[in-house]
Order: sequence, then structure tokens, then C-alpha cells
Amino acid sequence: MELELKGMLTDLQKLKSSLSDPSQQASIDQIRSRVENLTSLAMTGPTRRTKLKDMSAEVVDSNPYSRLMALQRMGIVDNYERIRDFSVAIVGIGGVGSVAAEMLTRCGIGRLLLYDYDTVELANMNRLFFRPDQVGMTKTDAAVQTLSEINPDVVLESFTLNITTVQGFETFIGSLKNKYFRKNKEGTGVDLVLSCVDNYEARMVVNQACNELNQTWMESGVSEDAVSGHIQLLIPGETACFACAPPLVVASGVDERTLKREGVCAASLPTTMGVVAGLLVQNTLKFLLKFGQVSPYLGYNALKDFFPTMSMKPNPQCSNGPCLERQKEYMLVKPERDAALKAKMEEELSTIEIPIHDDNEWNISVVDDCEVNVVNAQSSDVLPEGLTRELPDADVYQQPTVSKESVDTVDDLEDLKRQLEALHA
Amino acid sequence: MEGWDPTTKSTLTQIPLLTVKAGPRDGASWTQRLKEEYKALIAYTSMNKSKDNDWFRISAANPEGTRWTGKCWYVHNLLKYEFDLQFDIPVTYPATAPELELPQLDGKTHKMYRGGKICLTVHFKPLWAKNSPRFGIAHALCLGLAPWLAAEIPVLVDSGMIKHKDDAVSTSET
Repeated sequence: MELELKGMLTDLQKLKSSLSDPSQQASIDQIRSRVENLTSLAMTGPTRRTKLKDMSAEVVDSNPYSRLMALQRMGIVDNYERIRDFSVAIVGIGGVGSVAAEMLTRCGIGRLLLYDYDTVELANMNRLFFRPDQVGMTKTDAAVQTLSEINPDVVLESFTLNITTVQGFETFIGSLKNKYFRKNKEGTGVDLVLSCVDNYEARMVVNQACNELNQTWMESGVSEDAVSGHIQLLIPGETACFACAPPLVVASGVDERTLKREGVCAASLPTTMGVVAGLLVQNTLKFLLKFGQVSPYLGYNALKDFFPTMSMKPNPQCSNGPCLERQKEYMLVKPERDAALKAKMEEELSTIEIPIHDDNEWNISVVDDCEVNVVNAQSSDVLPEGLTRELPDADVYQQPTVSKESVDTVDDLEDLKRQLEALHA
Repeated sequence: MEGWDPTTKSTLTQIPLLTVKAGPRDGASWTQRLKEEYKALIAYTSMNKSKDNDWFRISAANPEGTRWTGKCWYVHNLLKYEFDLQFDIPVTYPATAPELELPQLDGKTHKMYRGGKICLTVHFKPLWAKNSPRFGIAHALCLGLAPWLAAEIPVLVDSGMIKHKDDAVSTSET
């Protein structure tokens, strides 16, 4: 644009010198002053800020991180700058995912991985983040465009693919495993996966991937009537996985699989989606930067402004194989975990040596935790005399299906294929 | 299964149930599962043919059997309407059902997700969930696609959204 304006000025100069009639000189001068005005306007257009090497805590108007670094001064976060080491993967860049991505970008997260296969539509405009001029772009491209303008420090990676297909899933797993960003990191290449998808199938896929990779993730959702939502923290083996107990069944008794998806006829509100995205990212920041309590489950009922919280243990009969493996691993390290906890408790206790009460009139004494657990475990299994269980024992009920393979001696795959093709003829 | 017509019910009971719980990433057990899928499809197709109710063709489009393509058709007012049929086997199969796609009808009805995936949410997904892993592709076609075609094609034809291929040819010729 600046070049064009410059060219126009030289053209005007030529025109002026070639014209003999002095009466037209004034109008040419007028045009020239207008072009000069335009040039100066073009110069003051949008400027993109450059990348910053360090997060400064200096309180000046030009520092994008001053208000975030102030969290340290307020005693909330020990070391805010650590946020630049973290990678977060966001699956589903819709009403919740896009807003979560923007929040994390503004917080200066180190790296964001974005997954979606959809394009931006005008029907998305009742939600936040995407703009009408982005209609037709893929959601990942549109998100990268906006986010890189907001904060060029964030490393953005976008994947336009459907994670439920075999090929998409492999790319998904591969990208989560890639550790180029922080080579010495343990486990996978990301610190947290956020599921912001709108359907049961995709949630099951994220669940599958995270259980296989032993990757902690958070699930989020907004109900199809747009007036309730939830977030849930899932640590494979330690808390319930998505296949152990889908959150909606727990929260409302509704079967998750019967839910309609966005696109067909679900309602949505920018408010509910914004609230859920806010809760999700708040929990993410608490998890990553280690402050406050990370909620294992947080519901949001907009009609009554009710925020239920709870925690769920994994289901020992979960249908997901990797989930059971993770549960086993978690049980195996239980003694270590207990020892660490005990050591911590003792350390805290040792600071308070003096007895709080001098007399012990009722002979109250502290019993070791382990002993209490043993007693409980027994009592929950053994029924009082005269009572029987109506339903069969769960452990007996679940029978492996693998044993039937040997029965299947009939013909090979190619033969069956030919049989079906023959029927097609 | 309440609300389903007796014919569909009796057809369903004759499609063999599957036993192997394996998805496309499970190697040898997936091959076992694939064999069972074929057996169920063969049984269902031959049953349809014997009842003069043949209504689809489907075959694996890759050696792994994770992508399937074919045709399905529906007869309305004595005219046959035929559509391409395709779907992928999801990685979490058989915990989640395949998403059946009719790409030619994409954008023509709101009972569809992007890319021509038919809406199975209400009438089929709960059934699949309750019967996993015993249901397979044949069951998905019988209980998912067939009722969808029966409900949607007459509406689409009557509203003029889709035309019979003979009509379409004659209008383009004149």
C-alpha cells in the first residue's frame, strides 16, 4: 500500500509539470496533500509486537506480562515464568476450545497444539473468538491467525485432522509424544491435554490416547440445552477415566451416548461456553503452576448457579484395557506414595512438638492409617450373617472374551471377502 | 428395542452376533473381528436377497478393513434412489459405532453432520452402546442406516431436494 501511494505521488508530480494551465495546479496540489495524508495514515496502521525473550515483571504499559508476573508478588504463584516451559494440547477448537486457547495464549503458555477438522461457519458467530471474516477458513488456521497476533511468543502447532480415524489417531498420538520442545521432559511431549470436543466418540478417542500414553488430561463439556456444563480432571489409573463413568451420567443420570451433537440441533450460548472455558483454563493454570486446589470435577448449572464438585475413583471393571493397566500400575506404587505422604506428615508434625493438651481424660489415641484400612477392606467384603447378595459378584461376572478364538476355525479372510463379493454380483 | 417394527426385529435376530472385542489397532484380534464382520454381512445380505429386499453393497476399501465404501438404495413410489455409502472404522471401535456417510446428501438435510454423516444419535447410538461388542457393521446398516433412509428419503423426494436419476437426465437433455 505504501509503495502504491508513493507511485501515485510521483505520477502526480509528472502530471503537474506536464500541465501548462495554472488553474489546474491548485487542484493537483489538493490531491497531493490528500495522498500524503493517506500515506501517514497507512504508516500508523496495526503494528505487531516482536517476540520477547524473557517475561519481565516491570510495571510499564508496554509490558504484556506485568499483570501476570504480579501473581508472584501477590504470593499466588511461586514462579510464573515457568508457564513458558509448558505445552498444552487442545482437541476441538469450537466454542470452548477456541476461548481456552485464547486464554492460554494471553497467559503466555509455551506451546499450544490445536486439533480440529472443521471450518468456521456463520452459525458459529453466537460464540466467542472467531470473526465473520474468517468464515470458510479451517478452525485451526483461523485460530493460529488470531492467536499469533495476540501473542507471538507462543509456539502454535495446528493439526487439521479427524482424530477418530485410524490415520488421524496415529498422527495425534505421534504429535503428543514428540518431545522437541522440552527434550528432558518425562513422559509425553505435552503437560496436559484439554478435550473440548462436542461428541462422545471423540471423547472416547482422547480417553484412549491418554490412557495409552499415561497422560493427564481435562475433559470439558456444555450441555445441548446450553445451560449447564462441567470440567473434569482425568489422571489415568488414579481417577475415573472417561469410559469408567462418563461425567454426564454421574451428574444427571442422562446417557452420554444419547446426546445430540452440535451441528444438528443443539443450542449454544457464548456465556455458558465462556464460563466453562474459564473454569477449564483456571483449573489448567492451577495444575501447571501448582497453586490452589485442582478440582477433580466441577459442574456448572446455569439455571440455579450451582457448582457441584466431587471426585471419582477408577472403575475396576472399566471396559478400557489401558485404563485397567494404569490402575494396576497406580496400585503397585501405593506403598511408595503412602511412605512419601507419611514422611511429609511427620515433617509437619515435627515442627509442633509440644502437646496441645496436658491431660487425656478420655484416653483418645491416634491409630495408624494402615490398620484402619485393613479392617475396612474386610468389613466391606463380608456380609453380616443371614444376608446374601442378590446380584452376582462383579469379579466373577466379567468373563474374558478371548477364549472363543479357538472355536473360530472356519475359513480365512480372503475367502470371506470373495463370498461377500459373490453376493454383490 | 421398543418402537421397532416386527420385521426389523426378526431380521436382526437372524444376523449373527459378534464375539471378538477388537478395534483396528488390535492386530491379530482385529483380523478375527473382521472375519466375524464379513460373516455377519454375508448372512445379512443373503437374507435380504432371499426376501427380495436387497438394499446395499458394501466392501472394504483398504486391506486393513478400516475404510468401507459401497452403495445403498431406497425405493419410493416405485422409483429407486441410489446413493454412495462410505465410513471409517473408528479407533475406539467397537466401543463406538462407525459414522455412516452419504456424501451426496451432504447439505440437503439437517438430519446430518458435516461431510454427510447421518444422524444416528437418537435411534441407534444407545442401541449400539448397549450391545457393544456384539453388534457389527451389518447391525449398523440394519438398525442405523435402513431406518434413516426410510424416514428421510420420502421427505427429501417430496420436497424436491433430491430427484430421480431419470428425471435429472431428462431435464438436462431438454
